[in-house]
Amino acid sequence: MKFINYLKTIAGVDIFPMISLFIFFLFFMGLIWYVFSSDRREMDALKNIPLETEE
Amino acid sequence: MELERFQYDNKIVRNFAIASIVFGLIGMLVGLYAALEMVFPSLNLGIPYTTFGRIRPLHTNAVIFAFVGNGIFTGVYYSLQRLCKTRMYSDVLSSIHFWGWQLIILAAAISLPLGFTTGKEYAELEWPIDIAITLIWVVFGVNMFGTILTRRVQHLYVAIWFYIATFVTVAVLHIVNSVEIPVTLFKSYSWYAGVQDALVQWWYGHNAVAFFLTTPYLGLMYYFIPKAANRPVYSYRLSIIHFWALIFLYIWAGPHHLLYTALPDWAQSLGTVFSLMLIAPSWGGMINGLLTLRGAWDKVREDVVLKFMVVAITAYGMSTFEGPMLSLKNVNAIGHFTDWIVGHVHIGALGWNGMLTFGMLYWLFPRIYGKPLFSKKLANFHFWISTLGIMFYAIPLYIAGLTQFEMWRDFTEDGLLRYPNFLETVTQLVPMYALRSVGGALYLVGFIVMIYNLVKTALAGKLIAEESAEAAPLAKIQHAKYAGEGWHRWIERRPMQMLVLSLVVILIGGVIEMIPTFLVKENIPTIASVQPYTALELQGRDIYLREGCYTCHSQMIRPFRFETERYGEYSKAGEFVYDHPFQWGSKRTGPDLQREGGKYPNSWHYNHMYDPTSMSPGSLMPPYPWLIDDDLDTSTTAAKIEAMQTMGVPYPAGYASVANLDLSKQANEIAKDLLASGIETSPDKEIIAMIAYLQRLGIDIKGQNKVIFTKPTASK
Repeated sequence: MKFINYLKTIAGVDIFPMISLFIFFLFFMGLIWYVFSSDRREMDALKNIPLETEE
Repeated sequence: MELERFQYDNKIVRNFAIASIVFGLIGMLVGLYAALEMVFPSLNLGIPYTTFGRIRPLHTNAVIFAFVGNGIFTGVYYSLQRLCKTRMYSDVLSSIHFWGWQLIILAAAISLPLGFTTGKEYAELEWPIDIAITLIWVVFGVNMFGTILTRRVQHLYVAIWFYIATFVTVAVLHIVNSVEIPVTLFKSYSWYAGVQDALVQWWYGHNAVAFFLTTPYLGLMYYFIPKAANRPVYSYRLSIIHFWALIFLYIWAGPHHLLYTALPDWAQSLGTVFSLMLIAPSWGGMINGLLTLRGAWDKVREDVVLKFMVVAITAYGMSTFEGPMLSLKNVNAIGHFTDWIVGHVHIGALGWNGMLTFGMLYWLFPRIYGKPLFSKKLANFHFWISTLGIMFYAIPLYIAGLTQFEMWRDFTEDGLLRYPNFLETVTQLVPMYALRSVGGALYLVGFIVMIYNLVKTALAGKLIAEESAEAAPLAKIQHAKYAGEGWHRWIERRPMQMLVLSLVVILIGGVIEMIPTFLVKENIPTIASVQPYTALELQGRDIYLREGCYTCHSQMIRPFRFETERYGEYSKAGEFVYDHPFQWGSKRTGPDLQREGGKYPNSWHYNHMYDPTSMSPGSLMPPYPWLIDDDLDTSTTAAKIEAMQTMGVPYPAGYASVANLDLSKQANEIAKDLLASGIETSPDKEIIAMIAYLQRLGIDIKGQNKVIFTKPTASK
């Protein structure tokens, strides 16, 4: 049995790529919006995480 | 709140570091050896185990999975403990992970020279090793997540996101690409065939670069550069965008390895578009790394660690610019199948991975051994000689690549190929191959100097195996979002959600490219005259795989006049439907072989395999005398036919039981033909199968194959 047969059994399988592309377009829009609207002090605190402990 | 005391495990860090150094040395030595074989083909000493086709996979596997792999684990085990303010979750798992990984490398180092290979580039290891890799990878994952879940800090620093994405994506890539059907203990066939196999393989191959050579090292960059420069990363905002955009876009780019091939056009276009978009996050990451050093450039002059890291990031920037450029179809037409690509990957491997590893090791050793570096002078020497080595390595190969392309496509005024003999385009390159070996040797010298320096440092100090630290215990990590908190801050303390989201993000590209290629019939139009290989040809094909012929020969004629003129009709997707695995290749040190069938008489192939220079004076191909001496193992024929049938190759029912009869018949015919040319040989030698396979290549669409499969008798 070829691998292809398992995919063929999924009804309307070709719609999923389009849906996911749409979701991820929104995801990146949201990401950019979030990043540019985030608080500067909070970002500064986060980026200092690796420097907090001094060996 | 009272502080908790605990110890960081430096021993495991040290172990991985040593493994990375030892296997780096071996991997680079093998690389240099392979490079020299391209200048002096007789260097293989006439034995199979050291022949280019077998040790080239050994070199790539050693450098990628042993040198860089252990480098990743060194950095991850060091930084993860500190970023989570906790010891690794389990010392036992750390130990299993370490020894398991080294055993896998050992198995690879033994099995590849012996010729046990799947024939898929960068995924050559056979199925038992594939399973071992999966298990050890899971051990690594459990240990990593255990550590993250018992951490003493709320938020996961950006480096850890890269580690998480690496873990999950490598798991997906490895499993999907390694779906294979075992035939014997050391032999399997890829479940996919032809175009589909090519798509899966390069989706894997490209993303092995992305998620084994890039994302974990970006994680290391985000940790070790701020540490070494003692200043925070330039922009945390940029790192958020960098991370998500990089992992989302990278996964789509695989088809740029298959431009102008028989892969459906839409998939090639997707590969190109996403590869171009990749410049954005790649350069975002590079800028983030370099600008971390803003205002501290004076330190770069002093600190050898930072020097290595700056060159590493610069090399990353160069190769991530070059990559998208090579993904443009018109540029790819030039670079593909030439040494340009080899130069390109070594900017990444020697520059980005190598230099970042060295920077990290020079930073780590003094810290885990509690002594300053033995010699800054030697480290500086290492820095300069390896930078020089990279130049000497890459520049000759760029020149070689362009030269070869220009010679391939050069036509005389009469419209004939100016260099009809492929060999002319290769012998021209030998001086460049020699210079490249010099570059590799310089780099290796630097590496050996580093080993001396680090050993002296270690001997002067004593390993701080248990490094004491203290931190406040973490009040229960809040699961829900705080009021007014952004969603990304929330996910930064939710490792599992991070894992799942990363997984979803990386699945998108693969799914969109693969499902239609598997589903839609028009993507691979079938060709009525294309038939399965005969039993003898199948055996011959497996010898072709074993000897790693694909490391120098392609089986993919692109639709250019200069290719069809030289090799014949361009390749069609439907020609490869029975190719488990596909053998399109990625580099032409020798000519394309897809239309090799019928080009020369059997005796030519016999003499050519025995001594290539007898037929092609000046050839760089090593001789294969063992094919002439060794008997063909026909005990596997039945199992191989059955495996093919399981995967849908239409041999007659029950054919496995009579396949060897057909095999002998065809072998006898070839032996008889050889005898007529004055070559006396027994029909059960490997060379006969090899000739049968080579003579079959590409003749189906000419309607010249005369394959008749004996029907098994009713009683069987």
